[in-house]
Amino acid sequence: MSFFARFAQNRGALIGLIILFTIILMAILAPFLYPDSPWRMVQRPFLAPMEVEGFLLGTDTMGRDVAAGIMHGAWVSLLIGLVSTTVALIIGVPLGAIAGYYGGLIDDALMRFTEFFQTIPNFALAIVLVAIMQPSVTSIVLAIAIVSWPPVARLVRAEFMSLRHREYVEAARLVGQTNRTIILRQILPNTLSPIIVLASLMVATAILLESALSFLGLGDPNVMSWGYMIGAARTVIRQAWWLSFFPGVAILLTVLALNLVGEGLDDALNPKLARERS
Amino acid sequence: MLYARLILMRLLKAVVVLFMIVIFNFFLIQMAPGDPAAILAGEAGATDQEFLRQLRERFGLDQPLYVQLWRYVSGIAMLDFGYSYRQGMPVLDLILARLPATLLLTGTAFVLSLALGILAGSMAAARVKKPSGSLIMALALIFYATPLFWVALMAVVLFSVYLDWLPAYGMYTVGAGLSGFALIMDVARHLILPATTLALFFMAIYTRMTRASMLEASQQDYVKTARAKGLGSRVIQRRHILRNALLPIITLAGLQAGQMVGGAILTETVFAWPGIGRLMYEALMQRDYNLLLGIFFFSAALVIVFNIVTDLVYRLADPRIKEGS
Amino acid sequence: MNDETPVLSIRGLSLALPKGADRDYAVENVSYDVARGEIMCVVGESGSGKSMAANAVMGLLPKGVRPTAGELIFDGQDLLKLTEKQHRKLRGLRIGMIFQEPMTALNPLMRVGAQIAEVFEAHGRYSARERQARALALLEEVGIPQPDKAIRAYPFQLSGGQRQRVMIAMALALEPELLIADEPTTALDVTTQAQILALIRNLQKRRGMSVMFITHDFGVVAEVATRVCVMRYGQIVELGTASEVLENPRHDYTRALIEAIPSNIIPEARGGERPAPLLEVEGLNKVFRSRGGLFKAAREVRALDDVSFTLAPGETVGIVGESGSGKSTLGRCVVRLERPDSGTLSLSGTDFTTLKGEELRRQRWRVQMIFQDPYASLNPRTRVGYAIAQGPMANGVSRVQAMKQAGDLLDLVGLGAVAVDRFPHEFSGGQRQRIGIARALALNPELIVADEAVSALDVSIQAQILELLEDLKQKLSLSMLFITHDLRVAAQICDRIIVMQHGRIVEQGSAQDVFLSPKEAYTRELLEAIPGREQELQSA
Repeated sequence: MSFFARFAQNRGALIGLIILFTIILMAILAPFLYPDSPWRMVQRPFLAPMEVEGFLLGTDTMGRDVAAGIMHGAWVSLLIGLVSTTVALIIGVPLGAIAGYYGGLIDDALMRFTEFFQTIPNFALAIVLVAIMQPSVTSIVLAIAIVSWPPVARLVRAEFMSLRHREYVEAARLVGQTNRTIILRQILPNTLSPIIVLASLMVATAILLESALSFLGLGDPNVMSWGYMIGAARTVIRQAWWLSFFPGVAILLTVLALNLVGEGLDDALNPKLARERS
Repeated sequence: MLYARLILMRLLKAVVVLFMIVIFNFFLIQMAPGDPAAILAGEAGATDQEFLRQLRERFGLDQPLYVQLWRYVSGIAMLDFGYSYRQGMPVLDLILARLPATLLLTGTAFVLSLALGILAGSMAAARVKKPSGSLIMALALIFYATPLFWVALMAVVLFSVYLDWLPAYGMYTVGAGLSGFALIMDVARHLILPATTLALFFMAIYTRMTRASMLEASQQDYVKTARAKGLGSRVIQRRHILRNALLPIITLAGLQAGQMVGGAILTETVFAWPGIGRLMYEALMQRDYNLLLGIFFFSAALVIVFNIVTDLVYRLADPRIKEGS
Repeated sequence: MNDETPVLSIRGLSLALPKGADRDYAVENVSYDVARGEIMCVVGESGSGKSMAANAVMGLLPKGVRPTAGELIFDGQDLLKLTEKQHRKLRGLRIGMIFQEPMTALNPLMRVGAQIAEVFEAHGRYSARERQARALALLEEVGIPQPDKAIRAYPFQLSGGQRQRVMIAMALALEPELLIADEPTTALDVTTQAQILALIRNLQKRRGMSVMFITHDFGVVAEVATRVCVMRYGQIVELGTASEVLENPRHDYTRALIEAIPSNIIPEARGGERPAPLLEVEGLNKVFRSRGGLFKAAREVRALDDVSFTLAPGETVGIVGESGSGKSTLGRCVVRLERPDSGTLSLSGTDFTTLKGEELRRQRWRVQMIFQDPYASLNPRTRVGYAIAQGPMANGVSRVQAMKQAGDLLDLVGLGAVAVDRFPHEFSGGQRQRIGIARALALNPELIVADEAVSALDVSIQAQILELLEDLKQKLSLSMLFITHDLRVAAQICDRIIVMQHGRIVEQGSAQDVFLSPKEAYTRELLEAIPGREQELQSA
C-alpha cells in the first residue's frame, strides 16, 4: 500500500489535514483579505459577532477587527511553531545521534546535559528566557526551541542505540565504512519516521507554548497572535466572552489538526504498529 | 538500607542540578538588558542613582564576575534569594507564603488526572474498535489540544458567570471570616474549577498513555498464558494487563511534573489562585526579575522532589529492580 | 491407555486467514486424532500452520483467524461450538498448554507461586493455603531446585529451563487429559532441551495423559513421538506412527525434511597435515562489566577465559557451545567488533588485537562476517547491489566497478545479477542470507566468521545454505570460523571443532575425534543431548 493510502485509512488524519490546509490558507490569504494592520481600530469597540456587517467575529476592546486578528494570527502561530521545531531538531538530532552512536562517556555527558533541561519545568524556563531576553519573535522561537529539544535528543539517541548493534550497521563497520558514513547513510535514514512523527507533534506543542506565552503578555508586541488576543480580552470576559472564545477555538483546531496529522503519519510510516493499534 | 543509599544519591544529584540552575540564573541576570542592579531591584530604568549605587555596592556588582558569582551562589546556599523591592519582602518569604496553595492545587489536580486518566484509558483499551472507546479517545485528544488557559476562561464564563455555581477567583470568600469545617468547604469550592481545568490536560495524557500501554501489554505472551489457565477476562485485564501497563505510567507521571508547574502558572493566573504561579505572573508584570528567578529555582526544586518520589514508587512497583541481585 | 476413543479428534478443520494474508487458509481440511496416552507430534516448518489447530482447541486463535469448516471433538463435544465461557472452563482444567518462549510467558510482576495458584483460582478449587501447598508440590514434581524458594521467586530470578518447568507445572496443575506443547524446547539450550523433553515424557507416562506436541525439529520428533503428523502450507502431508514416518517416509517433502537435518553425525575424516596457521589466537580474555548501579554492585561476566586456538588456511573451524559459552564473543573479538582485554589475535602474522581507529578501519576487509538474522542484517532502505558494493567502495574501488562486482557475486550465490536493484524486503529469509554471504565475499577476505549463520532458517533452507557454503569453500578455498549452537550443523561443515563452556575451551580437535571419541564429560553431555541421536546411530 502506498504511503498516502495508508495515511488516508485514518479518517481523523484526513480531517486533520483538511483543517491544517484551511489554516495555512488563512495565513496566506490574511494580507489580501485584511490588508490593513490587525492592530488598526476600525469600528466601535465591543461589537458582538455579526452585529455589524463586515465584522463577522465582532471587534475587541479597542475596536480592532477580531476576524482580522485571527487571520493574521494564523501566520504567526504556524511560523513560530515551524521555526522553533526546526531549531529544536537542529539541536536535538545531532546531540542524540552522537550520544546514541558513540555511547560511553560521551553519551553520559550529553545525557546528563539533556536530563538537566528535562528536569527544569519547561514552561517556567520559557517564561524566564523570554522575559529576560525581552519578548520578540526571535526570543520566543529560541525559548521554545530550548525547552523542546530534549525529547528529540532522547528519541534519536534511543533509536541510534538500538540500531547501532543492528547487524547491518555492524556489517557496515566491518567493511570499513567511516563513522560519518554509517551515521548519515545507515542509521539516520532509518530513524526518520519517528522523527517526522515527533516533529509534527512538536509543532502543535510549540503553538500551544507560544499562545500561553502571549497570553501572559510575553508575545512579540509587534505581531498579532491568538494568545495575545485571549490575554487582552481576559479582563472583559464577563462582558465579551467571544473575544476570548474565537482565538481559543483557532488554537484548539490548529493543535488538534497537527495531532491528527501526526497520528496519521505514525500509522503511515509504521504500518506494523498501525495494524496492532486498530 | 538500599533505599537510604538511593535517596542519598538522588539528593546529591538534585543538589548538583539545583547548583547548575543557580549558575544559570546568575548568567540570565547578566544577560538581561539594562543595569543588573536595577534588575535586582526590580526597577528597570530607575532614576535614583544613589539607590542604584548602594545596590551595586551591596550586591558587589563593582566586583569582578567570579566574585559576584561566588556571592550569588553562597547567598542562595544560605537560602538568601534576595529581596523583592516591588513587594517589599524577601523573596524566600514571599515564595514560602504562596507555596501551600500551589501544592494544594497541583496535588489535587495530579491525583484527579491520574485516577481519571487511568480509568478512562483502561476503559478505552477494553473497548477498542467500539464507538464508546473511540469517543473516549476523541475527547482525550481534544482536551490534549486545548490551551489550558482558554479552558480556564471558558470554565469561568460557563460555571461562574452564566450558571453561577462556583466561585471564579481566589481561594477563600473574601471577608467571610470562616473557620473550621466551613473554611475547608469554602476552599474546596474555590478549588474545584482550577483543579479540574488543570487536571483535564494531564488526564488526556494519562488516558492516551494508559490505553496504549494496556494494548501493548495485552499482546504479551503472559496474557496468553493467563488465558490458557482459564482465567476470566476481567481478572486478566486487572491482574495481568493493567498491572504491567501501569509501570510506564509511573515513569510518565514523573516526567509530567514539570509540565504541571507550567500548567499551574496559567491556571493560577486565570483563577487568581494565590500560589507561586500567580506570584510568577505578578513578578512578570512588574519585571521583578529577582523574584522571577527565585520562583523558577523553587519550581525546579519541586519537580526534582517529585521525580525522586516517583522513582521510589517505581522501584516499589517493579520487583525486577526491588529484588534484583 | 486401552480406551479406543481418542481424547481429541480433529475432523476436516479449515481455518480462514484474514484478507490480505499470503494465503486464504491457515489450515485446510485437516483431520487427525490424539489418542489416549500418546504423544502426537505435529511437525512443520514456519508458515505450515502446525500450531493453528492447537490454538483452535484452546480457543486462543489469533485475531482475524476464524474456523470455516470441520469440528474439534473433545469429550464428545465440538469445541468450535462452545461459548467463550464454556471454553474457558476447559482451559487449564482439562486441556493444558505450554508455549515456546519461557522468558516472556510468565507475568514478570507476579511471584511464581501466585501464578501457579491462579490456575486453581480460575477453576474455583481449594483454599488459598491449599493452593500454595499444591503449587509447592507441583514445583517439586517438575524438578525445580529448592522449590520452597522458587515458589516465592519472580520469573526474572529463574533460568529459561526453570521457567519452562514452571509453565509445565501450571499446565499440569489440574491434571488435564490433554497437554498441548507448542515448540516448548525451541528457545532452550540443547542440554536443557533434553531435560525438558525427558520431563514431558516422564510426566506423560506417569499421568497417562495425551500430549499434542508441536515442533519443527525431526530430532525432537524422534525423541518423543508416538505418532507424527507432517504439515506444509496448512495441509497434512503425511500421518503415521513415529517409526513409519521416520524410517519409511512416503512423501517427498517428509523425506526432504528428514534428509535436510544435518544427519551425518559422524563426520568424515578430512585433511591431513595442517599448514602454517592463518589465524592464531593466544590467551584471549574478555570480561563484560555491567556498570554498578545504585542497587547492584558492578557485575562481571567472564565471556572469554584464556582462549587459544589456531585456524589454518582453507580450514573451517567450528566453535560450538550453549548460550553464555562465549562463542559469539569470540567471533566478535576475531572480527574486532569487540576488543579483547588481553591476549593476541594475529592474522597471517599481523597483530589484529591492538589495531584501532583509522588503521583498524583500513584492515577490516581482511576478516568479514556472516550474521545470524537475515532480517536484521540488511539495511531495509538500501538496494541489495549497493549493500554489497559498499564494502569495496569504502576501500577505494570505484562505484561502477563495485556494482559490477556485486552483480557477479549475486550470481555466484545463486540469486542472479538482476537482484542488484531490488530491496531486501523483496527477498525471503534464505535469499537474504545469500545476500549476506555475497556481501562478506565482496572484499575477498582472508577469513570469514559465520555467527549462527543458519540458525534462524527452516531446516530445508538451512540445508541449501550449508550446501552453498560448502560449494564456496571448494571454489574459493575459504577459511572460515563457524560459530553454532547446533552440533549437527557443525558436524556437517567443520574440519575442526572447538567446544566452549563458560568462556573456556573445553575440548578441541578434528571433527571426527570430537564426535566419535570425546574426551571431556561436557562434550559427551552435549552429544548425548542431541535430539534423535540414538535413532540416528541405530540407523547408521
